Amino acid sequence: MRHTVSILVANRSGVLVRVASLFSRRGYNIESLSVGTTDDPDVSRITVVVEGDEGIVEQVTKQLNKLVDIYKVSNISDDPSIDRNLALIKVKASLNNRSEIMQIVDVFRGKVVDVASESLVIEITGDEEKISAIEELLRPFGILEMVRTGKIAMVRGDK
Amino acid sequence: MKITGAEIFVKSLLEEDVDKIFGYPGGAVIPIYDVLYDEQNIEHILTRHEQGAVHAADGYARSTGKPGVCIATSGPGATNLVTGLATAYMDSIPIVAITGQVPTNMLGTDAFQEADTTGITLPITKHNYLVQDVEDLARIIKEAFHIATTGRPGPVLIDLPKDIQIEEAEFDYPDKVDLPGYKPHYSGHYKQIELATQKIEEAEKPVIYAGGGVIASGAAEELRELAYKAQIPVTTSLMGLGSFPESDELSLGMPGMHGTEYANYALSEADLLIAIGTRFDDRVTGKLDTFVPEAEIVHIDIDPAEVSKRVVVDVPIVGDVKQVLSKLNPMVEDMVDQKRHDDWMDKIRTWKQESVLNQDFPEGILTPGEVISQICELTNGEALITTEVGQNQMWAAQYYQYSKPRSFMSSGGLGTMGYGFPAALGVQAGNLEETVFCIAGDGSFQMNLQELATAVSCELPVNIAILNNHYLGMVRQWQGLFYEKRYSATCLRKRKSCPDDCCEPGEDCPEMTPDFVKLAESFGALGIRVTKPEEIKPALEKAIASPKPVVLDFIIVEEENVFPMVPAGGAIDNMILGEDN
Repeated sequence: MRHTVSILVANRSGVLVRVASLFSRRGYNIESLSVGTTDDPDVSRITVVVEGDEGIVEQVTKQLNKLVDIYKVSNISDDPSIDRNLALIKVKASLNNRSEIMQIVDVFRGKVVDVASESLVIEITGDEEKISAIEELLRPFGILEMVRTGKIAMVRGDK
Repeated sequence: MKITGAEIFVKSLLEEDVDKIFGYPGGAVIPIYDVLYDEQNIEHILTRHEQGAVHAADGYARSTGKPGVCIATSGPGATNLVTGLATAYMDSIPIVAITGQVPTNMLGTDAFQEADTTGITLPITKHNYLVQDVEDLARIIKEAFHIATTGRPGPVLIDLPKDIQIEEAEFDYPDKVDLPGYKPHYSGHYKQIELATQKIEEAEKPVIYAGGGVIASGAAEELRELAYKAQIPVTTSLMGLGSFPESDELSLGMPGMHGTEYANYALSEADLLIAIGTRFDDRVTGKLDTFVPEAEIVHIDIDPAEVSKRVVVDVPIVGDVKQVLSKLNPMVEDMVDQKRHDDWMDKIRTWKQESVLNQDFPEGILTPGEVISQICELTNGEALITTEVGQNQMWAAQYYQYSKPRSFMSSGGLGTMGYGFPAALGVQAGNLEETVFCIAGDGSFQMNLQELATAVSCELPVNIAILNNHYLGMVRQWQGLFYEKRYSATCLRKRKSCPDDCCEPGEDCPEMTPDFVKLAESFGALGIRVTKPEEIKPALEKAIASPKPVVLDFIIVEEENVFPMVPAGGAIDNMILGEDN
């Protein structure tokens, strides 16, 4: 099963490696990772997506909780939550098909952020499915380069 | 008034009531050693290797209950601490280790004697720090001692760059720590404790399985109270030895791979297992599917990450063992005069009588069991015992009757050969009036024998009982039982000129090297060789009376094995009981 683990940590050097090492010790590959500060500049949030056995991920979250630099760990895989990725996609575009591409971008509520004579750079946000979907649609035009962030997530409601 | 980082460090140690530290100087800690030169209230014990220093700090901590402190320089000094830190981490022993580091402006430049110490020690310490500002130093030391000694204890390392040792700051030692991410649970959930009480009252065949957490928490008295009041037999893991008196009728000794038959049988038939301050190590459980097949499990432990880690438990209670038992005990029904567990205890009594561990020692040959039994008898079971790792460790666990907590110091989780002797020095340093024995093998003693120099120069009169069988005995035992006696790389007498296919000792075998008696003498210690059973007692008496460290070289039967034995991965009630079995 795929898990999304949201971790509040002290914003200081070495914390990320402490978190990552508890996963790597189990032989788990972190599929996606994002780190950024929160409203409190001393606190960062790490969002980790990892594929793994339920029991082992639970064990890892308990061990994460023990780390002194970690304030809170939640496995939000089963909670109703909003999650977003950001992708930048550089796609081959000539005068002939530029408008066709732009229509696709519009449907996905993306943005064209750079136009060159032979290419466009598109910015798109959304959940993983949405980003994969536009990627598939743009592939026939020729994707020159693509970069995706890790997932960030937030639980819905007052919690 | 501003003082240097090195002075802040030493003053902070005094604030933490540290009076002994174990260490080895080097370029990156010279400023600290310069301050120590004038400090009358801290005794520095110079070991001959940094590994000796960290194991000694560990032995000091295990035997006194106070945190052990060790110092090493940057680079190789720090990497030499690694084995000792991992040893302490696995066994939850409070150590504060300080390592020198290259100056902050040289960090990461592959400077002379630079190693990424915090990176290397990250997975084997409870927490570690790289000090980047002298203003943070006092707070960090305060936090390090707090983290090492509270909750589930463990080693904490402080990496201290040399420029920070020289820079100056005001010294203001904080009274308390502010660690929002570190809040151990101590009290235990009331509803869970109530549920445990109910399970205890319903049980017909209960067993308590106590571990190192009972000792760490100082809960031996509470454990005894529970066992007596509810009339429950107690088995103690290797780390838990001493938490329950083994002379007691309710004691089952140690369970698991080399545990007693009666502990393993009792676990396999029990209907309730009360696991206290223990982590269901694989050497205890054997094959997981067949571990306590009939029992419901109550598990008391301070570390929530231990709950259902290896064995799924029915009633987890996360809390400090002492606090939880203090709440549980008054709620438990007094069963002393009820005969509820009589059948159960009768069954256990029968198993005990049949145990291979209770048989007489053979006459005329020197067996390890007899050596250890005589050490026990001569010291009334009150000596402080450290062990190396392997057969010697298991025999020390089986044949010495431990009567009190903090009297058995052994590398349980990591199984570190070379631990026992330097640890004994720390034990002796922390308990100057007590008799200290290190039970060693001829293999493991050689891993840190340089510390004989420390024992002699620091006047620490430890007794090292080498159970010398000329083999790396535990591996040889496995080779004998499971690898057709192909003694690959386990004979310590083997010379290049020996026949390749040698599979047993004989008349023509070369002399053992080194000669431990001469070795001891060369260091200024006393060396005594014992080859016959009747020589054991006089040798031990001479050793105990000696003001010098003593190396006792017991030449034991060569191919003696440790029994009972549960083959790795097997069910614990399926034991090999002897050579013919």
